[in-house]
Amino acid sequence: MSKLLEVKDLVIKFALRTGEVTATNGVSFTLNKGERLGLVGESGAGKSVTGFSIINLISKPGYIASGEVDFLGENLAKVSDERMRSIRGNRISMIFQDPMMTLNPVLTIGTQMTETLHQHNPNMSKEEARNIALDKLCKVYIPSPEKRLAQYPHEFSGGMRQRIIIAIALLTGPELIIADEPTTALDVTIQAEIMELLMELCETEDMGLLLITHDLAVVGQVTQNIAVMYAGSVVEKGLTAQVIANPQHPYSQGLIAALPQSSKHGERLNQIPGMMPTLKDIPPGCAFNPRCSHVMDICKTETPCLRLGENGNLVACHLYPESE
Amino acid sequence: MMKALGNFKDSFLWYSFKRDKIAIISLLVLVLLVLIAVFAPLVAPYNPYDPETIDIMNSEIPPVWDEAGEGAFLLGTDSQGRDMLSTMIYGMRVSIIIGLGAVALQAFLGVLIGLFAGYHGGRLDSFFMRAADVQLSFSYLMVAIFMSAVLQALVGVARFGDIAVPFLILVIGFSQWPQYARTVRASVLAERNKEYVEAARVAGFTSTRIILKQIFPNTLSPILVLSTIQVANAVMSEAALSFLGLGMPIDRPSLGSLINSGFEFIFSGAWWITALPGLLLVILVLSINMLGDFLRDVFNPKLYKG
Amino acid sequence: MSGVLLSVKNLYKHFDISGGMLDQIKFSRGKFHRKKTLVKAVNNISFELEAGETFSVVGESGCGKSTLGRTIMGLYPPNAGEIRYRGDRIDSLDHKQLLPYRKKMQMVFQDPYASLNPRKTIQQALEDPLRYHSPQLNNGEVKDRIDEVMLQVGSDPQWISRMPHEFSGGQRQRISIARALIIDPEFIVADEPISALDVSIQAQILNLMMDLQQQRNLAYLFIAHDLSVVEHLSDRVGVMYLGTMCELSETGILFEQPRHPYTQALMSAIPKLEGGASSHTRLKGEVPTPINLPRGCVFHGRCPYVNRRCIDEVPQLCTLDDGRQVACHGVEEGRI
Repeated sequence: MSKLLEVKDLVIKFALRTGEVTATNGVSFTLNKGERLGLVGESGAGKSVTGFSIINLISKPGYIASGEVDFLGENLAKVSDERMRSIRGNRISMIFQDPMMTLNPVLTIGTQMTETLHQHNPNMSKEEARNIALDKLCKVYIPSPEKRLAQYPHEFSGGMRQRIIIAIALLTGPELIIADEPTTALDVTIQAEIMELLMELCETEDMGLLLITHDLAVVGQVTQNIAVMYAGSVVEKGLTAQVIANPQHPYSQGLIAALPQSSKHGERLNQIPGMMPTLKDIPPGCAFNPRCSHVMDICKTETPCLRLGENGNLVACHLYPESE
Repeated sequence: MMKALGNFKDSFLWYSFKRDKIAIISLLVLVLLVLIAVFAPLVAPYNPYDPETIDIMNSEIPPVWDEAGEGAFLLGTDSQGRDMLSTMIYGMRVSIIIGLGAVALQAFLGVLIGLFAGYHGGRLDSFFMRAADVQLSFSYLMVAIFMSAVLQALVGVARFGDIAVPFLILVIGFSQWPQYARTVRASVLAERNKEYVEAARVAGFTSTRIILKQIFPNTLSPILVLSTIQVANAVMSEAALSFLGLGMPIDRPSLGSLINSGFEFIFSGAWWITALPGLLLVILVLSINMLGDFLRDVFNPKLYKG
Repeated sequence: MSGVLLSVKNLYKHFDISGGMLDQIKFSRGKFHRKKTLVKAVNNISFELEAGETFSVVGESGCGKSTLGRTIMGLYPPNAGEIRYRGDRIDSLDHKQLLPYRKKMQMVFQDPYASLNPRKTIQQALEDPLRYHSPQLNNGEVKDRIDEVMLQVGSDPQWISRMPHEFSGGQRQRISIARALIIDPEFIVADEPISALDVSIQAQILNLMMDLQQQRNLAYLFIAHDLSVVEHLSDRVGVMYLGTMCELSETGILFEQPRHPYTQALMSAIPKLEGGASSHTRLKGEVPTPINLPRGCVFHGRCPYVNRRCIDEVPQLCTLDDGRQVACHGVEEGRI
């Protein structure tokens, strides 16, 4: 399989009035063509920022301090704004948590879809654009798409809107879709449908999917690979099934053990003590050390690099011997 | 107390203030003007209310920088021979008192009505908001002219001077309460459905207690922003009324009546009697408005600059 | 002390969203009509809750579960039906008469950022309700109570002079719980208390709630959409759809074998940690609006087992052999 996206040692910083903070500290992961990768972490772990940085959408005080975003051989961290615009929304599409963030409430769905197409291909005829839009609406299983094209976003339910967002993301036949918490605002039954749809589309359209979410169960169901983030760093990555069945990093272990599914009915849950540090006061050494039950002296001084754990997972933890 | 000060030094308000030159200058100017007004008897070289210090022979002396100027009267004298500088300082004092008094009255009425109408909704809300609409569709000048004419006829022009200050406060105060009521009502509507209000209801607090102790503190920042603008407006309203001869009498002048009294001399060359108090009024109102703009930007960054 | 703490009988709550008089007037067929638009949020809900028990209400957004909780707490007056607390009717009491029950019933809210007054210190947030309900306490006793509750929810009593914005979501939620506990209630309505929190913090708050239940013999009405949490925590579960209760049962048997077609679809949609292709039951169509409720069974438009009777007749909750209650003609007739 060939590489679609490779993020290498990505460091994102925010210049705030109280000083500079590091949002991600050397994040690396690889996504192959047609593969689905889950980026998991709690709020503030830096997962969304990582997603935004791929398409250069980090908002102002934030910037990419160092590192590479290699998309099919091109370093997106360095390309011009113009080049980026031709990639963003064209070869890489993004899906957000709130569909209304992407949809313009005063334009019909049809107008928004055809306009997106025209933006990337000004020569396309109206008829052609409409046909493509219809085709994509069919792909996301929107009933009676002809009628729906003439409707406004508020006439759709939350689940339907998210389907339309996916259809818009598909318009230009992208190679990569970045989905940032696409189902967090939706109900479970609709979440299940949307996730199923995303999986199916990735297969049929041969697209890569970067799924950013806090929900381990969703990642477990949808993705093949996973990267767990904590306080701006990837602490564990590997095959999703392996990481979930046999997590190596104490944080991933804690996260999975804390789920109600992992305990017997009515028993206390296995909670991780404390909470994630804010970006301003990440402790020295391993960022997880104040909450870790296996903490050693070295954890408080040295930041662990990624090393091989059992089952082939890569883990950033001093519990495991460093590979050469 | 020290903790509150520390909090303030860390706050966004202080941070933005330090970086906003216009706000700093406005505040300095305003503080200076207010201090001068408060300590008018100490600062002003003469007492313009005391007829003994006034000599009609000194009338219409131009400011010192003019050839005909006299060192004793820094900014010249008016048509009655009063020292312009002292008269302006005392006039500004009157203007500021009326401005603050009127705003205090507006705020009291408007905030109370806004809070209760917004929280309870229904008929009470409809009644007060329609009343506000009706009130705003009247020109307050018209009402003020009418009332002041009636009052002057009732008590006589001579005694009108004694009650002019409370009268102006009442007229300006009553005419502008809808501004407050609408602003406060809007923020109450936003706060009313927040969970902390529901928590207070679950705790069993009476609605009056919830309105005053829980919701009111959360409407303070729009009230503060509005108040600065309203003080400037009230000062200007007072000047407008006095200019029309409906406000402060000439023997106890405000800035507005000073401008008015000098207006007839402007073509005889004594421009300073009108222009100098006019300039002071502009500086006073401008510094208040600039501060108001700054506060609005800090508290409500989403608002577009007009 | 056990026995029935709260009983709700045939509760209805409809909201009038038609606005003022002028908005209500509609012109049709040559005449002016006054027409009200009602959101029928809660329809004919009945259940009982025992002391010390956790009863969960689950359902998707817009099913009326939050409205149910708020109506029970007296935040909304019900349109019809009865709410009894230890046998006394509390649904039509005035403010004064309700006060003694306020002491017994408290609520914890979803949004930890909106549920604490941003202009009040933690001390004020805790002190106000305590002094209001127990004016006889002196300053020392008040302070002792605040310290005790802060410790119980796992917060440092030193924090009480701080403002809410200085705390994280999880800490705020602890303080919200402390505020509910300070007047020593025996029943708490918890409206999605953990859904705004991160996974590792969720576990902490759930553990806290379970610990407190043991220490104080609290009863919870737990309103949630997260089924795995509900399964873990509750003794009994009620499943709501479009304002009605479609299935009500003990947790174990409900999750093992859901009977109502909607419950079945809901359960099958829970993502499983183990992964693999999901095999969830797809529902056709979408949830109708609570303004125009479907005739008959509210679920009939999406139900795979629908027949004539479902369209015409509203199913009532009926008790099965295993003790669960289901409102479904199909189950009643043995079709499902």
